[in-house]
Amino acid sequence: MLKVLKYTLYDLLRSGWSWIYFGFYLLLTFSLLFLNNDVSKSVITLMNVLVVLTSLIAVVFGSMYYYNSREFIELLLGQPLKRSSIFIGQYLGVSLSLSLSLLLGLGIPFAFYGGFNTEVIPDFSMLLLAGVFQNFIFTALAYNLSLYHENRIKGFSYAILMWLFLTVLYDGLFLILLMNYSAYPLEKFSLVATLLNPVDLSRILIMLQLDISALMGYTGAVFKQFFGTGLGLFTVAAILLLWIIVPVWNLYRKGNNKDF
Amino acid sequence: MRLFFVILCVFFQQSYAQTLQVCKGCTLSSIAEAIQKAKPGDTLRIEPGVYKENSLIIDKKLTLIGRDYPVIDGEFKGEVITVQADSVTLDGLFIKNVGTSYTADFAAIRFRRSRFFIVQNVRLETLFFGIYLEKSSDGILRNNRIEGEAKAEYNSGNGIHAWESDRLQVYGNEITGTRDGIYFEFVDDSRVWDNRSWKNLRYGLHFMFSNHDSYTHNRFENNGAGVAVMFSKNIEIRENLFKENWGPAAYGLLLKEINDAEIHQNRFIGNTTGLHIEGCNRIQYTQNLFESNGWAVKMMGASFTNVFTRNNFIANTFDISFSGGRINDNTFNSNYWSEYTGYDLDRDGVGDVPFRPVKLFSYIVNKTPESIMLMRSFFVDLVNFSEKVSPVFTPDNLVDETPNMTKFKP
Repeated sequence: MLKVLKYTLYDLLRSGWSWIYFGFYLLLTFSLLFLNNDVSKSVITLMNVLVVLTSLIAVVFGSMYYYNSREFIELLLGQPLKRSSIFIGQYLGVSLSLSLSLLLGLGIPFAFYGGFNTEVIPDFSMLLLAGVFQNFIFTALAYNLSLYHENRIKGFSYAILMWLFLTVLYDGLFLILLMNYSAYPLEKFSLVATLLNPVDLSRILIMLQLDISALMGYTGAVFKQFFGTGLGLFTVAAILLLWIIVPVWNLYRKGNNKDF
Repeated sequence: MRLFFVILCVFFQQSYAQTLQVCKGCTLSSIAEAIQKAKPGDTLRIEPGVYKENSLIIDKKLTLIGRDYPVIDGEFKGEVITVQADSVTLDGLFIKNVGTSYTADFAAIRFRRSRFFIVQNVRLETLFFGIYLEKSSDGILRNNRIEGEAKAEYNSGNGIHAWESDRLQVYGNEITGTRDGIYFEFVDDSRVWDNRSWKNLRYGLHFMFSNHDSYTHNRFENNGAGVAVMFSKNIEIRENLFKENWGPAAYGLLLKEINDAEIHQNRFIGNTTGLHIEGCNRIQYTQNLFESNGWAVKMMGASFTNVFTRNNFIANTFDISFSGGRINDNTFNSNYWSEYTGYDLDRDGVGDVPFRPVKLFSYIVNKTPESIMLMRSFFVDLVNFSEKVSPVFTPDNLVDETPNMTKFKP
């Protein structure tokens, strides 16, 4: 598995896409920090970009890479290798390369602008953590969808649809439900609904850092317990991990059974 | 001749003003005894030690000075010191274990109808009420430290409690763990400065019906409900810090029915609601800093002529929330908003497009509080953006016409 991971990583580094991706983040963060000296404000802007864009790139890149390396996968399948290690190795390679681009692309400008001396470090590390989670989750989801669909157009569009649903439509539906049924106690419902969506989870992770004072403004006891104690952070992190583990497990299962 | 006699008497009385020493081995071994023996104008020097005494009543002009904080232990039996005379000074005492009563409001130190008093360098612990001023004016409370262990609002008292007392000077005090740190009711022409009030159960500072007062350079942090001021006029609140007051009913500063006030150069940092305004008229807010609050300013109805200028609004979740329909003549011009995304083509330091500080999402959160979970989501950003382009729900005349492009220097 490590060998497949290594070759995938090398392949990606050679192909240049991860460099472009890295360059994009580098440019974005540098210009943001250059344009406004207020680092905490940049963190908020970056968060908006990250939550939407990182997942999109991960989805697109994940499915693209799978379909493009299909011949290579078939070649590997002929070798005495465990099937699961091929898929999981590739998946890890893609996610790692994306995460690396993200970490370096954001981290270097931050270090450069003396971000390591300010009190935004916890905010920033939460941002990176959320970004890395997004990469791993959405690449896994994209890989899953691609494995299920031979037709690359179909697989690709399903992946994009899934992204659209999770980032935009889900929240829209959620909000409409909340407003429609505002006469009922919705506290638990809204918590559970948030936990079901990985994009929302990453958002909450950052919100816990940036907006805790506003979150405490809500009167409900369940919210208070969730956000006011370490429970919130712990639960969110655990469920995010679950969002990685379950698709990867399915990847393993499907990869073992799939006909080529 | 008679005049001469009077002068002579006064002279003698003055010269007889003497210092009495109180200690365990002295002729005067208890404070109660010393107070009884002392003549008006005398000074009691209380040596280090533990004095288990309570219900001490000072009914003449006396000065009590403690050396190295002698402990007066009230043994939870009631009030410790009650002053009923003018010109009494209490200095350097350590009073603890004040009794609890729901009918008598026992205090560590109570002044009843006295004037020209000074309480300084006093430390109070395990108390019900700390320093209780009852119709006592022209006094100074300075450099005291009050440390309570209040658990619930109903069975705890206030740190400094003043009622119908005018012309007070309260400064350099540290108050924590009480119900309300500083409580004023019907207190006029007083000044409160350089105090620190933190982790009190309810309010750090709470005053009402108190006019012509000034509150400057104080720090109020982590109080259960922040600071609340009500039903007062001609108030000055300047250069205070209101920090991290968290909770659905916690405010950095709550203003209710305040008229003609000046609120300048304060810092509101990390509160659930920085400034809550309800029924307030003719108030100037300048050069305040609102940073990382949930709601920087929440304005309710029935407020007129609240003028916000040259304030910094930085990284608040919501800058302004407005309920109660009409904007009236409240204005928010010439502030710095970190949320502002406009441009300044003529480079005069003022943004060329107006800024709308009320977001649609804050309106939604007011209606359905649970939707706070969706804060900063992409969908909400879209909704906010479309509302910004064409306001439908948010008050369209609540704008900053001249938003500043750069932060105001403090």
